[in-house]
Amino acid sequence: MDTHQRRNSSTARRKLYQRLGFGLLGLTTALTVLPILLIVVLIFAGGVPSISLEFLTGFPSNGMRSGGILPAILGTVYLTFFTTLFAVPLGIAAAIYLSEYAADSALTRLIRIAIINLAGIPSIVYGLFGLGIFVLFFNLGTSILAASLTLAIMTLPVVISTAEEALRSVPQSFRVVSISLGATKWQTVRRIVLPQSLPGILTGVILGLERAAGETAPILFTGAAFYLPTLPSSPLDATMALPYHLYVISTQVPGMPTRVQYGTALVLLILVLGLNLIATIIRSRARARRQW
Amino acid sequence: MEIKLNVSWKKTLQAINEQVITRAIQASGYSAILFVVVIFIFLMREGLPALEEVSVSNLFSARWYPIEDYFGILPLLGGSLIVTLGAALVAVPFGLGTAIFIAEIAPRWAREILKPFVEVMAGIPSVVLGFLGIVALAPRLRVLLDLPTGLTALAGSLLLGGISIPTVVSVAEDALDAVPRAYRDAALALGATRWQTIWRVTLPAARSGVITAVMLGVGRAIGETMTVMMVTGNAPVIPAGLAGLFAPARTMTATIAAEMGEVAAGSVHYHVLFFIGILLFLISLVINLTASAVVFRQRKRAERILS
Repeated sequence: MDTHQRRNSSTARRKLYQRLGFGLLGLTTALTVLPILLIVVLIFAGGVPSISLEFLTGFPSNGMRSGGILPAILGTVYLTFFTTLFAVPLGIAAAIYLSEYAADSALTRLIRIAIINLAGIPSIVYGLFGLGIFVLFFNLGTSILAASLTLAIMTLPVVISTAEEALRSVPQSFRVVSISLGATKWQTVRRIVLPQSLPGILTGVILGLERAAGETAPILFTGAAFYLPTLPSSPLDATMALPYHLYVISTQVPGMPTRVQYGTALVLLILVLGLNLIATIIRSRARARRQW
Repeated sequence: MEIKLNVSWKKTLQAINEQVITRAIQASGYSAILFVVVIFIFLMREGLPALEEVSVSNLFSARWYPIEDYFGILPLLGGSLIVTLGAALVAVPFGLGTAIFIAEIAPRWAREILKPFVEVMAGIPSVVLGFLGIVALAPRLRVLLDLPTGLTALAGSLLLGGISIPTVVSVAEDALDAVPRAYRDAALALGATRWQTIWRVTLPAARSGVITAVMLGVGRAIGETMTVMMVTGNAPVIPAGLAGLFAPARTMTATIAAEMGEVAAGSVHYHVLFFIGILLFLISLVINLTASAVVFRQRKRAERILS
């Protein structure tokens, strides 16, 4: 009887602890998620009123305090385009190497460690590196080209690791069948493995682009311009860019109307979250359609 | 005869093609190593001259005032340290709590909503957070804590904590997910509550992954640039203990970002900024090497147990 009672009270206490513990963890989760929601809501609430055709397609005027942000939007599009051009072929090839060709050797492990380290290098250090190698050493000047090359090396680890994961998820039997039918290794990769993993690879590419489009620090000294009266005419010109423009108008220009700041932040946020959304949709649709 | 020749010709061509492509793919794989090495070489090339041009006692002094040739990096190290410490105080409890909640407690539908939501945070550009820090967070902190300015290390810490949380959550959640189901089933079968199972079985089993999560989160915080540059007030003073959280601070990253645009290439100031870059590179190298060593060891141990 006595032990029975004691057991009962200990069970009750354990139940109570569990309820308290779960409640606490639920609270931390809510406190993590709510600020994210708040940030998005704040930017939308502040930015939506300033979005207009003129804002999206006009040039800045009156010391950037009015007018539009077209050069910044286009600049970010240019930078992202060239970054893709450099990072995607190299990143996918590296992923193919790791997933399809590399043996489990010390050298392969070294490559993996290098990728982890590339992913961890602070973005401003990429900026320094880009300044040292592309702007000065290769003499490209502060240009779209120098900034894109810098961004490309920075996004490479994202592209490699997501693409590798996608390639690895293709069942081994697909490769075995292809090889047994007389296909070479490359034919197998090209005709069987790559098409099957395409949605996953695409997701990785878009996530890489998202990172490139939103970054400021790597382009500070490699290609971003404070203000330009005309659009860049070649990849060797400097360019305005959305993230850098937001930095400039929120810290460097006195008397800046918050309307323009919020509007710029909103356009940048929509661009980046839009890419994120596309990646998520591709991923989940591919998962639903997968037959293996 | 002619047909046979044709076929063998084709075969040779195909073999050459295969060789070339294989080599190209191999080279791309190795390129990651090449980039790390080249980055390091270029940082050294531009940063090491600082050690010849600036005396060590100047470099490790408490005064950063480059216009008058004072290049003391201690205030910058201190600024990075205090902002990162504050960020860790935010990111570790909230990140781990969220990871445990998502991995162990939340029902399936909530998990499907929460995971992409936290990923959204990872996607918000740091310059947007810096902007919100200036217009929304700092003024409120100033009023709330009755400070002369809201642009303090604390504002930086809060935002950096938010930036690090997604890293902590996703790595820690993966680690918790990787704990075999049998562990949990065994604990529950022995009469443990779900809470006890989480606390005494699942978390200890995922320990090394959780440590990795914290380390990578801290690494993310140390390297963050734009947000801290915009909200910490950028005063190069050595923080006075934890009270330094409530005063302006200036990190290593923010110093490079704010000053590199205005120095002449090849000047002493330029070399010192690259020297700070070397320090940042080495810090991130140490953090990531340790983190990957932990992961590799963990994998080996798991293989041993399973075989």
